[in-house]
Amino acid sequence: MRKALIVGATSAIAEHVARLFAADGDRLALLARDADRLAAIADDLRVRGAAQVETLVFDATAFDRHAALIDEAAERLGGLDTVVIAHGTLSDQLACQAAFETARRELDINFLSVVSLLTPIANRFEAARAGTIAVISSVAGDRGRQSNYVYGTAKAAVSTFLEGLRNRLHRAGVRVVTIKPGFVDTPMTAGMTKNALYAAPETVAVAIHRAVTKGADVVYAPWFWWPIMTIIKLIPEPVFKRLKL
Amino acid sequence: MADRYQSWGRYPAATQTASRIAWRSDPLPIGNAPARDYLPFGNGRSYGDSCLNDGGALLDMRGLDRFLGFDPATGILRCEAGILLAEIIDFALPQGWFPPVTPGTKFVTVGGAIANDVHGKNHHVAGTFGRHVRRLLLARSDGIRLWCSPAENAELFAATIGGLGLTGAILVAEITLKRVASPNLAVETIRYGSLDAFFALSSESDRDYEYTVAWVDCLARGKALGRGLFMRGNHAAPTTRERPAAPRRRLAVPIEMPVPVVNALSVRAFNATYWGKAAARRQAVQHYDPFFYPLDAIHGWNRIYGRKGFMQYQCVVPEAGGNEAMREILDRVAAAREGSFLTILKRFGDVPSPGLMSFPRPGLTITLDFPNRGVSTFALLDRLDDVVRTAGGAVYPAKDARMSGDSFRLYFPRWRTFARHIDPRFSSSFWRRVTAEAEVPS
Ligand SMILES: Cc1cc2nc3c(=O)[nH]c(=O)nc-3n(C[C@H](O)[C@H](O)[C@H](O)COP(=O)(O)OP(=O)(O)OC[C@H]3O[C@@H](n4cnc5c(N)ncnc54)[C@H](O)[C@@H]3O)c2cc1C
Ligand SMILES: NC(=O)c1ccc[n+]([C@@H]2O[C@H](COP(=O)([O-])OP(=O)(O)OC[C@H]3O[C@@H](n4cnc5c(N)ncnc54)[C@H](OP(=O)(O)O)[C@@H]3O)[C@@H](O)[C@H]2O)c1
Repeated sequence: MRKALIVGATSAIAEHVARLFAADGDRLALLARDADRLAAIADDLRVRGAAQVETLVFDATAFDRHAALIDEAAERLGGLDTVVIAHGTLSDQLACQAAFETARRELDINFLSVVSLLTPIANRFEAARAGTIAVISSVAGDRGRQSNYVYGTAKAAVSTFLEGLRNRLHRAGVRVVTIKPGFVDTPMTAGMTKNALYAAPETVAVAIHRAVTKGADVVYAPWFWWPIMTIIKLIPEPVFKRLKL
Repeated sequence: MADRYQSWGRYPAATQTASRIAWRSDPLPIGNAPARDYLPFGNGRSYGDSCLNDGGALLDMRGLDRFLGFDPATGILRCEAGILLAEIIDFALPQGWFPPVTPGTKFVTVGGAIANDVHGKNHHVAGTFGRHVRRLLLARSDGIRLWCSPAENAELFAATIGGLGLTGAILVAEITLKRVASPNLAVETIRYGSLDAFFALSSESDRDYEYTVAWVDCLARGKALGRGLFMRGNHAAPTTRERPAAPRRRLAVPIEMPVPVVNALSVRAFNATYWGKAAARRQAVQHYDPFFYPLDAIHGWNRIYGRKGFMQYQCVVPEAGGNEAMREILDRVAAAREGSFLTILKRFGDVPSPGLMSFPRPGLTITLDFPNRGVSTFALLDRLDDVVRTAGGAVYPAKDARMSGDSFRLYFPRWRTFARHIDPRFSSSFWRRVTAEAEVPS
């Protein structure tokens, strides 16, 4: 039975991960910014079999509150062995280009908040010499594109941060999993025209649950994004810069 | 999915905007970018235009798929209205509970099941789905939310059950599930040779069997008119030694067929072979899935009818004179040579339906389907309506795309009372069609 902390628990992907944890009978602490939504999810997870569900209101950019929230969650669950981080915003690229303040806010939400959360969590797990950390990054971080490079930058930074953390915590027996979804049909992409590449949040959640359960370093979800991104990463920069992506 | 917002018969086409409802705590997305009018959309398993709102907006309720509470002692389930019966079964059956009433597909939402007050093979004992709804939370366009039950806001409750999504958006429902001893059913299939034989079997079976229904060979004429296979079953005891497996793989029709695969030839072959090769009497223990949901095994089966889609036709005629009316209906279908692929016959019991506009009422109900061939198909269905009107029956709105307003208002005489409960910002393609020439009270 896990004692799992889910950050950004109202995300469509995270909610489906939580349902899989609930079916396993886990103890769960949910962090998100909307109390009504949290309550709706918590009731649902209890019905679905979670042994315990705690909810805590959290804002990704209120960095100075993060360490205390983690302590509170761990105390209520009687420990912590699994963390899933899922919150994020799909930045408005044009707005980010127009104003540094907007770009900075996007980097705060999508990157710095992850550092702020994982600093105390990594120390806690390293000391305990156990634990699993899974963070949702994105294929958007694999290569910078004109259409969303501020978001992509934040996700690239997350991926690199996790890579370093994995390298550090491997010795302590702590697992760090980087999840790289492709297009997912969630509220985040509500305004976009869907094509055949879009996956359901359930599908991505199953991949995350499997990675957390069985262990993995970097997971593309669905899997076919791995060959796609491998090819995209191979395109030489002199060619890539001319593409309209 | 761009083609999510169509009905199961894929006729008629409709152009509408859609917004997804994900949180019951959020206000309905009405007002900020006002559309002409709104209609909740469940999972699009209605056949005609009752789940469409051409020129207006849909509120896609499917995202409301959370449980609120379940009492394993009483079977009382509180859930959001966008949850599928399939999801309820996955959750509740391992604990010994099953939907109290289920239509022939498990891919319907609870909201859709209430809005059409759906029925199943156990109508003669359990009545409609609405009878098992203890209360519901309704969101109206003015921002007001109301709990409705037989005791509280009772008129709105009666209008919302079978209310075609027009009285507001159902956010939450509390329903009583049915206790079952196993996932299996003890089923008997009996081959019978005439309509009279159906009536005899039905009378004999409805007392001892919870589920009864007949599949009819719609091409048989003369003395063999109405012949078919009668199926009756009960939930099996847990002790039965047979353990039928759940179907393992779902087949799929991935794309729309360029021409309808269902034509006179295939219907004839299917109906004749199916009846011909059946044993006179067969008993089996069957998993619930193939028993209740044979069509769910083929994902997207509605695409075999091709681009023009297809029409379902389900009517009910009162018991008195029902025999003759059924004969006349089957005769007109056979004579038209339009060929219904699947024809289902059942006797509705006299358990009263709770909705003002519920379709089920005591009598005989038949379901037919026809590829949409345009004028000739519409003409046949009009000829069937003539029979139903004379017999004092009704046609099921959930499966309708073409009945006339006059017929509708005759079939549902309480429509004026109902209309007073309609949310002023809600409408549907169906409602506009059947009330076009009438003066609607508000
Ligand atoms: C293979 C098959 C077999 C079937 N067998 C049967 C059968 O045996 N018996 C039977 O009765 N029916 C049967 N049906 C019809 C089906 O059960 C009904 O049409 C059902 O209402 C579809 O539910 P849905 O969730 O797909 O809703 P939709 O078809 O999307 O909508 C149906 C109606 O419900 C309203 N609605 C949906 N959600 C809400 C909500 N949250 N609040 C308010 N209104 C809402 C819509 O506005 C619309 O008026 C069958 C359909 C198929 C495809
Ligand atoms: N959808 C995709 O195509 C896709 C692709 C690749 C990666 N991802 C990543 O997957 C993760 C989950 O996203 P999703 O697709 O499930 O989208 P989603 O349903 O829109 O979830 C986004 C979540 O982030 C939360 N959030 C946003 N800003 C916040 C803030 N300042 N403080 C706290 N919480 C905040 C939102 O909370 P509220 O509920 O309160 O709004 C929401 O729960 C994200 O990291 C995203 O970048 C998504």
